[in-house]
Amino acid sequence: MKRPFDVEIRVEDMFRDARLWSDFGTPPSEDHRRGGFDGGFERPGLPVPNAQLGLWLFLGTVTMLFAGFTSAYLVRQAGPDWQPLPRPPILWINTGVLVLSSVLLEVGRRRRRALRRWILGATGLGVLFLFGQLLAWRTLRAQGIYLPTNPHSSFFYILTGAHGAHVLGGVIALLSVLALAWRDALGERTARRLSLCAVYWHFVGGLWLYLLFVLFLL
Amino acid sequence: MAGELSVHTHEGPTSFWRRYIFSTDHKVIGIQYLLTAMGMALVGGTLAMLIRLQLGWPDEKWPLLAKIFPRGMSGGVMNPDFYLALITMHGTLMIFFFVSLALVSGFGNYLLPLQIGARDMAFPFLNMLSYWTVVPACVIMLASFFVEGGAAASGWTAYPPLSAVEQAVPGSGLGQTLWILGMALFIASFTMGGLNFVTTILNERTRGMSMMRLPLFIWTLLIASILGLLAFPPLTAAAILLLFDRHGGTSFFLPSGLYFGERVLPHSGGSPLLWQHLFWFLGHPEVYVLILPALGVALDLLPPFTRKPIFGYRLTVYSLFAIGVLSMIVWGHHMFVSGMNPYVGEFFAIGTLAITIPSAIIGFNLIASLWGARLQLRTPALFALGSIAFFGTGGLGGIFLGNATSDIQLHDTYFVVGHFHFMIGGVTLLAILGGTYYWFPKMFGRMMNERLGKIHFWLTFVAFYAVFLTQHFLGFGGMPRRYYAFSKFEFLAPIRDMNAFISVAAFVLGAAQLIFLFNFFWSLFRGARAEQNPWRATTLEWVAPTPPPHGNWGETVPEVYRWPYDYSVPGAPEDFTPQTVPPTVVEVTR
Repeated sequence: MKRPFDVEIRVEDMFRDARLWSDFGTPPSEDHRRGGFDGGFERPGLPVPNAQLGLWLFLGTVTMLFAGFTSAYLVRQAGPDWQPLPRPPILWINTGVLVLSSVLLEVGRRRRRALRRWILGATGLGVLFLFGQLLAWRTLRAQGIYLPTNPHSSFFYILTGAHGAHVLGGVIALLSVLALAWRDALGERTARRLSLCAVYWHFVGGLWLYLLFVLFLL
Repeated sequence: MAGELSVHTHEGPTSFWRRYIFSTDHKVIGIQYLLTAMGMALVGGTLAMLIRLQLGWPDEKWPLLAKIFPRGMSGGVMNPDFYLALITMHGTLMIFFFVSLALVSGFGNYLLPLQIGARDMAFPFLNMLSYWTVVPACVIMLASFFVEGGAAASGWTAYPPLSAVEQAVPGSGLGQTLWILGMALFIASFTMGGLNFVTTILNERTRGMSMMRLPLFIWTLLIASILGLLAFPPLTAAAILLLFDRHGGTSFFLPSGLYFGERVLPHSGGSPLLWQHLFWFLGHPEVYVLILPALGVALDLLPPFTRKPIFGYRLTVYSLFAIGVLSMIVWGHHMFVSGMNPYVGEFFAIGTLAITIPSAIIGFNLIASLWGARLQLRTPALFALGSIAFFGTGGLGGIFLGNATSDIQLHDTYFVVGHFHFMIGGVTLLAILGGTYYWFPKMFGRMMNERLGKIHFWLTFVAFYAVFLTQHFLGFGGMPRRYYAFSKFEFLAPIRDMNAFISVAAFVLGAAQLIFLFNFFWSLFRGARAEQNPWRATTLEWVAPTPPPHGNWGETVPEVYRWPYDYSVPGAPEDFTPQTVPPTVVEVTR
C-alpha cells in the first residue's frame, strides 16, 4: 500500500554516490568493512574508515571555530576605534614555509622511498613556521603594539595564537607518525596514519592562508 | 585460533579500575554519565529550591540557612549577589550538566551501539576521554561556589559587561573565570562525544540496519550531535575572546565609558551585542540538542505501550532535518529587544514560525500514534504521554515568543521562564525519567517499582504545571525575571502572592524527585528480576542479554531484517516482531 509522503530516499545511498569521500587517503580498510573484532559480514556504513570520518567531522568543528572568530572580526572591524595593523613582513616567509611543508609531505607520501626524511622535513618546516610566528609577535612588540593596543592587534595575536596551537597539534601528530615509521617502516598502519595527518596538515595550511586573507586583505 | 581471540576480547577487562572507572565500554560510560548527571541535577534542583524560597517569601528570615550559607544568606536574609549566582548556576548546571549529560551522553552512549547492532562506539578510547573531561568540568563548576566572591552571577548566557568586567559583581571575579573554564572542558567533552556519535551511527550499523530502519531516538541523536558539532565552536571562539577581555585588556565586548568603582575602565569600542549574537548562535541550536533526543525518547517509548507502529516515521525524520537546518538561523529571536533592525527581526520571526511546522508535525505524529492504540499505562508510557503534553503547552507559548510583536511585550518576563521550562526543562525531564524507567531493566537487570513510579509521575506532572503554567500568567502581568524580590513594585501587588503558591508547588516537584531517587536505588538491589524483554519491544537492545555483556552480543552480531516498529503485524505469531525476525517467519513491510 502506497501512503502519502512514502518516497524512497535512502540517505546512505546519497552518501555512497558522493565518491568525494574516498578521494582522500586510503580506501576503506579491511577491518572496517568487516565490522570490528568479530567480522564476518559487510556493514552498511559509508565507504570511509571511522578515523577518516571522525577527522572530517573534527575539521568541521575547527572550521566553525574560525567562522565564529571571523564573524566577530567583521563586526568589530566596523567599530569606531579600528586601526589597521602594519603587516610584519616575516609573515610572507612564514606562509612560504608552511606551504612548502605541505608540498614536502605530499611528495613524500607519493614516493614511499625515504619516507622518513620527507616527513622529517615537513615537520621541521612546521616548527620553523611556529618560530617565524613568534618572530612576527616580537616585531609587533618592538613597535609597541601589544594585545590590547587596538582591536586589530587583539585579533592578530589571538587568531595567530589559535592557529599556532592547531599547527602545534599537527607537529605532534607528525612526530608520532615519524616514530611509527621508524618502527614499522612502510607498513599499512603508517600509511593510514600518515594520510590522516596529511589531511589535517593541509587543512591547517589552508586555514593560515584564509587567516592571512582575513587579517590583512579584507 | 581466530575463535579463541574473539572469545578473549568479548570478556573485556577484569580489573576493577579498567572495568568500572576508566572503562572504554559504552555501557559503563553511559551509566557513569547518567549517575554524574543525576548528581548535578540534585545540586541544580537544590539551587532552584533556594530560588523559590526567596521568591515565595522575600521578607522572611531563615536563621538555619544562615548557618549553611554564612556569606550568601548572612543573618538569614538572601544576599542579592547570591541570588544571581543561584539563577546562573541553576541554569548552567541543568542545561549543560544535567539534561545534556543525561539525554545525549548518558542514554546516547548506553543505547546507541545496542540499538544499531554494534559492539561498541567507533572510538571507545575517545569515549572514555570524553567522560573524564567532563568530570573536572563538573568539579570546577561546583568548586566555583566556594571561591572568593562566589559562583558566576551573569546568567547562564554570561552577557558582558557582567561577565567581562571582573569587578562588576562579586561573582564576576574568580567565579566567572571558573565558569568559562568549566564550560570549555564541557564543550571539549561534548565535541568528542559528538564526533563519536556521528561516526558510530553512520559507520557501525549492523547488516540490514539501513538508515531508514534506525529507531527514531538514534535519528534524533544524529541530528543533535551534528548541531552540537556546528554550534558549540563559535561559542568557544566567543569564550576565548571573553577571556581576553577579562584578563588581557582587550575590548571585544566592552564599550567605552564603563564606570566601575569610581574609575573609568580603559576599554573602548567593543560591542556587548556581539557576544549575544555569538552566544545565541550556539544557544538556540543547543535547545534543539536537548529537546530532539527528548522527543526521540518519547517517540521510542510510545510503540511498546500502544502496541502499534509510530505514526509517520519518514515525515518525522524529514522534520528532524528541517528543524536542524532552521535552528541554525533563528538565534536572533532571543534578541528582539536589542534594537535590531525591524527587517532583521522580521527575518528571525519568520524563521522561528517556520520551525513550528516541522515541530508540529512531530507533535502531531506523536498524538496520531495514539490513535487506535491498545494503551497500556505503565510508568514509562505515562512519562512519554506527559512529555507530549509539555511539548504542546510549551510549543504554544513559543509561538508568542517567536513573534517579535508579542515578544517585545513578554521579553524578560516570567512568561519566558515558564515557556523554556516546559520545553528544555519539562519535555527533557520527563523523557529522562521515562527513559530511566524504561531502560532500567536492561541496564541493571531489575524492574523499577511501578506504584512508586506512578506516584512520582503524577506528582511531577501536576506540580510542574502548577509552577510553570502559573509563571506564564505572571509574565502577562509584567513580572520581570532575574529580580530577587518584588516587594517594592506597586504594579505587581495584585499578582505578587502567586509566587508563594508557585514555591509550594516547586517544593512538591522537588520532593517528588526524592521518590524517584529512592525507587532507583531501592530497585537496584531489591527490584523484581527483569526478563530479557520485559516490555515486549521490537528494538535491538532487547535482543541483547540482560544486562548486556562486554561486546553486547556474545558470539555473533544480530542481523536486522525490518524497521523498528513492527507491532501488531497481521499474521505474526506475537503482537511484536523484533527487528531480528527474518522475513521467512514474518513478512517484511519496510
